[in-house]
Order: sequence, then C-alpha cells, then structure tokens
Amino acid sequence: MARLKVNGRAHDVDVDPETPLLWVLRDTLGLLGTKYGCGIAQCGACTVHIDGAPRRSCALPVSAVADKHITTIEGLGRNGPLHPVQQAWLDLDVPQCGYCQSGMIMAVAALLEEKPHPSDAEIDAAITNICRCGTYQRIRAAIHAAAGRRVSGARLP
Amino acid sequence: MNHVANIDRRSFVASAAALGGGFALGFEIPFGGSGVARAQDRPPEINAWVVIRPDDSVAIRIARAEMGQGTLTGLAQLVAEELECDWSKVTADHPTPGQNVARKRVWGDFSTTGSRGIRESNEYVRKGGAAARMMLVQAAANAWKVPAAECTAENSVITHKPSGRTTSYGNVAEAAAKLEPPTDVTLKDPKDWKIAGKPLKRLDTPDKLTGKAPYSIDVRLPGMLYAAVKACPVHGGKVKSFDAAKIAGNKGVKHVVQVGESAVGVVADSWWQAKTALEALPIAWDEGENAKVTSASIGEVLKAGLDAEQAFVGNQKGDAKAAIAGAAKKVEAIYGYPYQAHACMEPLNATALYTADKCEVWTGSQNAEAALAATSEASGLPVAKCDVHKFLLGGGFGRRGRTDYVTQAVLIAKQVPGTPVKLLWSREEDMTQDTYHPITQCRLTGAFDANGNLTGLHMRISGQSILATLAPARLQNGRDPATFQGLNPGGTEGVFGYDIPNLLIDHAMRNPHVTPGFWRGVNNNQNAIYLESFVDELAEAAGQDPLEFRRKLMAKYPKHLAVLNAVAEKIGWGQPAPQGVYRGLAQQMAYGSYVAAAAEISVTGGNERDETVARGTKGAAESSVTSGNKIKIHRIVAATDPGHAVNPAQIERQVAGSMVYGLTALFKGGCTVKDGRIEQQNFDSYDIMRIAEMPKVETIIMPSGGFWGGVGEPTICVAAPAVLNAYFAATGQRIRSVPLRDHNISFA
Repeated sequence: MARLKVNGRAHDVDVDPETPLLWVLRDTLGLLGTKYGCGIAQCGACTVHIDGAPRRSCALPVSAVADKHITTIEGLGRNGPLHPVQQAWLDLDVPQCGYCQSGMIMAVAALLEEKPHPSDAEIDAAITNICRCGTYQRIRAAIHAAAGRRVSGARLP
Repeated sequence: MNHVANIDRRSFVASAAALGGGFALGFEIPFGGSGVARAQDRPPEINAWVVIRPDDSVAIRIARAEMGQGTLTGLAQLVAEELECDWSKVTADHPTPGQNVARKRVWGDFSTTGSRGIRESNEYVRKGGAAARMMLVQAAANAWKVPAAECTAENSVITHKPSGRTTSYGNVAEAAAKLEPPTDVTLKDPKDWKIAGKPLKRLDTPDKLTGKAPYSIDVRLPGMLYAAVKACPVHGGKVKSFDAAKIAGNKGVKHVVQVGESAVGVVADSWWQAKTALEALPIAWDEGENAKVTSASIGEVLKAGLDAEQAFVGNQKGDAKAAIAGAAKKVEAIYGYPYQAHACMEPLNATALYTADKCEVWTGSQNAEAALAATSEASGLPVAKCDVHKFLLGGGFGRRGRTDYVTQAVLIAKQVPGTPVKLLWSREEDMTQDTYHPITQCRLTGAFDANGNLTGLHMRISGQSILATLAPARLQNGRDPATFQGLNPGGTEGVFGYDIPNLLIDHAMRNPHVTPGFWRGVNNNQNAIYLESFVDELAEAAGQDPLEFRRKLMAKYPKHLAVLNAVAEKIGWGQPAPQGVYRGLAQQMAYGSYVAAAAEISVTGGNERDETVARGTKGAAESSVTSGNKIKIHRIVAATDPGHAVNPAQIERQVAGSMVYGLTALFKGGCTVKDGRIEQQNFDSYDIMRIAEMPKVETIIMPSGGFWGGVGEPTICVAAPAVLNAYFAATGQRIRSVPLRDHNISFA
C-alpha cells in the first residue's frame, strides 16, 4: 500500500511498488489526462510535476514518489479556470491531435516557474517533449505569450 | 438466419475493404432528400447532418475522423456556412458506423485517408447544411403563413422581410424536422463565404488543454480488464507455443490467450501487470524463412530490380531509352528511401466487449466502417449486432486506417465474454508491428542533346508496393498505380509537372515480407526526393540555375509553376543569401494540391568518416561522402494551392507540422531489418524532431479555385528535397539516400 498526494488529495493505492506512477494515475486513480507514449522517459507525454519539478511518470516507480506532491494536468488549472499556459495554448490554438499536449503543457508550466521569461535557447534546452504533429512553431509562440501574461500563484502546493 | 447474417457480413466487409482503398464509391450520397431514413431522435434532427436544440445550439454531425488535421472544424464550417447558423453555438457530433449502416449510409464514407476528408465530402455536407436551412426557413414561413421566398436566414435567425418579424432556429426546429426535405439545393459561390474560408479556431481545442479530450486509450468501462499483446516480430510468422503456466501466478493476471495465428495476449487487472507478465512469458515462434532477411538482403533484391526487364509503366511519352542511347551527354544516379514507422503518439489500442449476441468496440480509427467490418468478422456476429464507438485519434498518419488492432481486441474479448477488455500495444509492439512506409530504390537517367537540351528521362523505381500487400484487388493487372504518386501523366491527384520529350517512369515491383502501409504523404515522399533532387542534378549538368532550368520545363504546368515561383520569390531566390546560407527548392503535385518548398540552410563541418549503415536503400552509384556535418535550417517557405482553402489557419498549421514529419524522416528516421524483424523499438532508436530543431516555417496559401485539393499530406514531400538541394548548394555533396544520420549528418 502506498500513499500518494495527487492534486492536493491523498490516495492510498494497493499496487506493486515498482509500478510506474503513470499507470497508477491512469488505471488506479482514473486520472487519464496524463498520457502513455513510450514507457522509457523519451517522449514526455506522461510529464507531471513532482514537488513542482517536471518528471516523466512512465519510468518513475510509484515507491519513489510517496509523500511527494504530485500535480497532473487535471490539477494544473485548479486555482482558476485555466492556467496561464493553458490560456496561451487556447489563444494560439496550439494542439493538433492533442495527445502530447498534456505533457507539453506540464513541462512548459514548470519551465515558467523556473524561468518566467525563457529565451528561445532556454526553451530549446528545457522542452524536449515529442509532438508528432509538429506543433512546435505555435508551442514556442505560446510559451512566449504565456510568459508575458503569467500571473503569480499559479503554482500548486 | 445464419446464412442471411453471413451474407450481410460478407457483403459489408467487402464493401468496407473497397472503401479503405479509396476508390470511387458505388452509392449515391444523399443530403437529406426524400427516401433517406430519418432518425426519430430528439432534439430535432433537421437532417442527417444537422441537429438544432430549442436553445439554438447546433450539433453538426461529422463522419470523418479527427486526428489533428482539423477536418472536424473544416467540415463543420462548410455545413454552418450553408446553414447560416451562429458559429458560436456549433458543436460537433459523431455518428457511429453502425448508425450509418442502419440508415443506408446516409453519412457516406467514414474513411479519412489520402487527405480526402474535406475534398471528397464538401459538396454533400454543404448540401446537407443548405437543405436544413431551407427547411428551417420553410417552417418559419408556414408559421407566419407567408411565402418562404419572403424570408431570409442569417446567424440562426429567420426574418420575414416585409413585416420585419423574426424567429430563431431553435423555435422552428421541431416543425422543420417534420417537413419534406427539398430536392433542389443551390450552393453558395465560395467567394460569398462568411464562415468557411475563414481562419477560425478549432472546435476541439479546449478539452485538449485540460486532459479531458477523449482518446480511446482513456476508455474505462465497469469491470474492464486490460490486455497486452505480442505478435511474431517477423511479419508472416506464427505462434508455435507459449508457456502460460510460467506467468499464471503473476499478480493480477487473469488470462493468457492466443490471438489469431500470430499473437499472444495477456489479460490482467491492470495494463502494467499484463505488460510485465507478457514480457516474462516464454513464446516460441515459427518465424519461417523470412527470419533470414536483412536490410542488406532487401537492398540486393531492390538493386536487381533496377536492371529488370519486366516493369510496370506509370508514365510514358516518346522513346526515353532511345533518347538516352543517342544522348550527347548522359546523367545517371541511384537513390534510395527506407522503411519508416508511423509512431503515432497514442499507441494503437481498442477496447472490446463481446457477448453472444453483441460486440461493441471503442477505438480511434481512420476508417470506422472498416473497423466495424473487422469487428463483425472477428466476432462472427452480423454487422447489425456490432458497433464501433469513435474517439479522437492521438495521431493517425495512415496507420489507423488499418484494423489489425481492432481484430486483435475482438479476438481477445471473445475469449472473455461479457467482460470489456482494453487492448493497448506497448510502444515496442507499435513499432515492431507497424505497416511501414515502403522501401524503394530509384535509378534516374537523363539525356541531353549536343545543344544541352534535356531530351529524355528514365526513372526506374524498384521496390515495394503497398497495394500488393494491403489491397491486392486494387492492382491493375499487377501494376500498383499508387507507386506513381506525383508522377502521373494526367488526372486530378498527382500530375508530373515537367514537359520532357521522351519520358519513361516504370516500376519493378519487389515485395519484401515486411508489411508496408500508407504513411502520411505515402509514395509522394520518396518520389519527390528522387525527382526533385535529380532535376537539380540535371540543372547542374546543364550548367543552369535550378529554378530557371525548371521553369523552362514547366511552361505547360502553370499551377505547378505558380507555387514554385511563389516560394522562390519569398525565399529571395536570385538575390544574394546571407553569408554562409544556401538555398534549395522543390515542387510536387500531391493529393490534388500543388505544393512547393524552398529552404535556407547553413552547414558546419566535421571530418568524421562516413559510417553509412546498409539500409537496403544505398544505391550502388552513390559515392562515399565526407560527413560529420551539421545542418541548421534557418527558414523553409512552403506554398500550397489546394483549390479552395476552407480554414487558412488550419492549413498553415498542417503545412508547418508536415515539415516536421518530412524532416524527421529525412534526418532521424529509417527502420532497418535484422533477422527478419524491424530493429527500431522505441524513440531511443527511432528519434523524432524536437522543438530545438524546428525551423521557421513560412506558409503561402494560394487557392486558385475550381478544384478541391487535400491539405494534411501534400506538403510533407517537398520538405526533404528542398533541404537536400540546399545541402548540395552548400557542400557540393549530393546525398542520395535517407536518413541523413546514415551519412553522419545531423541537425546543428
């Protein structure tokens, strides 16, 4: 039995401690916004925040995150209708198929906490998620737009 | 009864298979005319395409699949344009293929491949919108007891002009639904469009930002179990045996089942349990002779095809062989293009629930009717007792036009009756059991006369046919017409854009056992690389500028030339480039659209030795190149003339995204074969471009009207040759095989 704190709520889950966090979120807790893409931490579709830092949950054993604060895409906009990154994504109509965008938005939200006004080079270094539709041009524009309008307090505990 | 049911199933299966092939359909597509089955659902369905609720909200039915290409929004715009409804009140609704069958295929074709979603259904969906508007207006006129001709409709409001009375669509929808549909419907001239043709935002964006958008991987049903599957990694191989007892005691494992002849599945309480148990399951395969095949052996087979006597002709004019034999100067080169995996971000999956008298499937499919046929076939139940519930697709790119994963899900569910089972392929399974972009080589030979005029071209393609494996019924006396995409003498899909007095384009078909498939852009991808790189080689041999050389050959193809001129002008062709920056360009006609690209790159050097991997694509005449070079793509200008532009904003995004697809394949892609199986298993060995490598893409949309071309695929194919031609300009090195990583060339 492991205790997880996800989006501000505690959950006791009965899973093998080696189970990757991704599958506990999706199949045990029913939080389906976090996606499976590769299982080897290459593509970033499964990105969540662990104590505020972006982590790829598909290769992260659930035993490693007990008692840490986990935020998923479902928890990102919790303090308001939309997180500034989501709002920028909406304004620029970023997604195509949309499957990678949960992970992309989580990665960008964490970047903006670290670097409120990232340069293009900083974006290149930090955002390594795969988008097979190739929405990168609009993602970059949306990151700059979100940086411009970012409000304080968007970060979750 | 069984006999009747079987006929029903078989005939539908046959028709769905033909659909998947994309041939002209033998049924009439109605737009709500009399005789069409009408649903009795409430709120009022005006016709198959339009439902209007009392609060004026409008649900527009979309039959085609949304996989990111924006067809959902574009089709809704076309209906809304003729319906004259308030766009802010529009939502999309998705009928199932089972409903389509039950209603005599009122929604026409569901298949969403070949960039056909909008171009092939635009007329009947617009007529559906127009017919619904006419019925709404008639209903208001009836209520007011005035002639309908005195009433107008705009923004979901009907106005009786003489009296000034108004009412809303929601008020008259119920009465309109009871009227006889009109038989004579006139469509607007596109120049009068107010909703179509505008850069509107997508209807499906909001839920894609919060994790709420429904993909089939997210299906959860009461009591559902999870399945992982492994098929023989050598395509065509079979299961010999497996030792279920080894994993029977694993936590959560419920069933270990054979899935058809070629696969084994594990069903468990969670997918992670199923996947890890499957990995521990000893399976013996009967791999057959194909287990000896390698990329090198495939390469030898293809190479032999370059000289074969027998070949299928795709385009012929004059006598190219005689022109080459009598040439004052001859230019020859051999090119190659490898297998490529689709690698949709959402791995293939389907959820199935089987009972003795019903089988339901929940899945993302590019061809929901074919998925329904597969469900019927695998379950053994008639079509009327099956249905497929549609979802957004986490990428399709042609892969989700196949139904093998649906068949597997049903075959597993059938062994667990009454329990829904979600089958999800691991990424490794997804890459091992893909239907790959086919492998080919091509030898091009050009002939010049003594005056330096191009007198002949022979383009000999050797390699794999997609249709020979996936749809042999569509071969034409053994010839695969799809091989010649972009190289055809005429037609509306992909016309060869150069006027050369003696021309021969032929195909020596060589089919390795690795399953080929339709991969976004399909055969345009390699055909554009072969042709557009070689045209540059011919220009070089003739001592002419690549643009000027093309212009002389393209006078009879003004639409091809117009997009080429547009990218040349915008990139600044003919004017000095910045220091160290070099340019290349390419053009093609694909899926009914005219496309071109121009690239600006710079190259930084390295001196590492060429470590070319034998992929089966490296041509014999290819010289070894000094490599270790890094390419920085500064800009790509891409142009498309799709005839009509239903949503310019979405076209711009498809063009930008298609460059990523094409350049990923060029720089990083390529699947290799060893011991009969594809070696690449995941993104660590089959890498995808990231944001750091994304060039600036400038899109020119130049619809010239009068025809409907596709959008999702056409521009992919010009990305690679534009960059390869720029690379030659920069280095003097002609790269003739893909991917660039084989030449130790990478993104800067």
